[in-house]
Amino acid sequence: MLTPTEICELLSCTVYSPAGRLPDVTIRFGCASDLMSDVLAFSRAGAVLLTGLVTIQTIQTAYIAEIGAVVFVRGKRPSEEVIALAREKGVPVMATPYSMYESCGLLCGKGLPSTMERVPADRHPA
Amino acid sequence: MASAYTQSFAIEGKDFSRAGAASTEIKSILKSLGINAVVVRRVAIAAYEAEMNVVMYAARATLTCWITPEVVRLCVQDEGPGIADVNLAMQEGWSTATHEMREMGFGAGMGLPNIKRNADEFSIRTEVGKGTRLDIVVHIN
Repeated sequence: MLTPTEICELLSCTVYSPAGRLPDVTIRFGCASDLMSDVLAFSRAGAVLLTGLVTIQTIQTAYIAEIGAVVFVRGKRPSEEVIALAREKGVPVMATPYSMYESCGLLCGKGLPSTMERVPADRHPA
Repeated sequence: MASAYTQSFAIEGKDFSRAGAASTEIKSILKSLGINAVVVRRVAIAAYEAEMNVVMYAARATLTCWITPEVVRLCVQDEGPGIADVNLAMQEGWSTATHEMREMGFGAGMGLPNIKRNADEFSIRTEVGKGTRLDIVVHIN
């Protein structure tokens, strides 16, 4: 379990939430995807979402799926429009210079589990 | 909570700038009524997936939401191409999405299966060349 502030420090993030503040909540899971379809299908409420997709739909998806915090990876900067919507919807937003792979590794290394379960063997292609 | 609450939303096809507006408003209404957070999330996801399908594939639609003390009911009636093979469309991963849709993070073939997953009752009626109607019910208790 991590707080958004701990994630921010771990990933050297820039915070785009109002007044640079992050909510004092507990993040119990992580998910990483550029596919918002997968986020809607497989995320859990309160998870942190790592994504390289910096669009309005990322924020809409995060609000709908009750994502606890969004981290844009690899130095991607959200537009003013994206920041404004995130503030309107109360979605905490950060950006990290780390790649998706490195960001996931750092969070996994702190024991943050994935929201997405492993595909069962009978559904995995041989 | 009042005995019933009804609201309809117009959704325009291809209007990606407003995609999600109806679903996020429905979510805000459900939260303001104090409905259980798990139920709110299920309804919001089902509504959003349906709204994105309209924006991506149809010309326009009306999304109507009924809320009673027992259930949240959504009906999405679109004017669009319809679905030629509903069984295929209900399979995870089957999609006719364009490159533009995929660039926005959608069109992975998860929409209809995910609506069904989040619904307690789900039905789909479609006619090729005319449109599609989804009926979604989520029980509150």
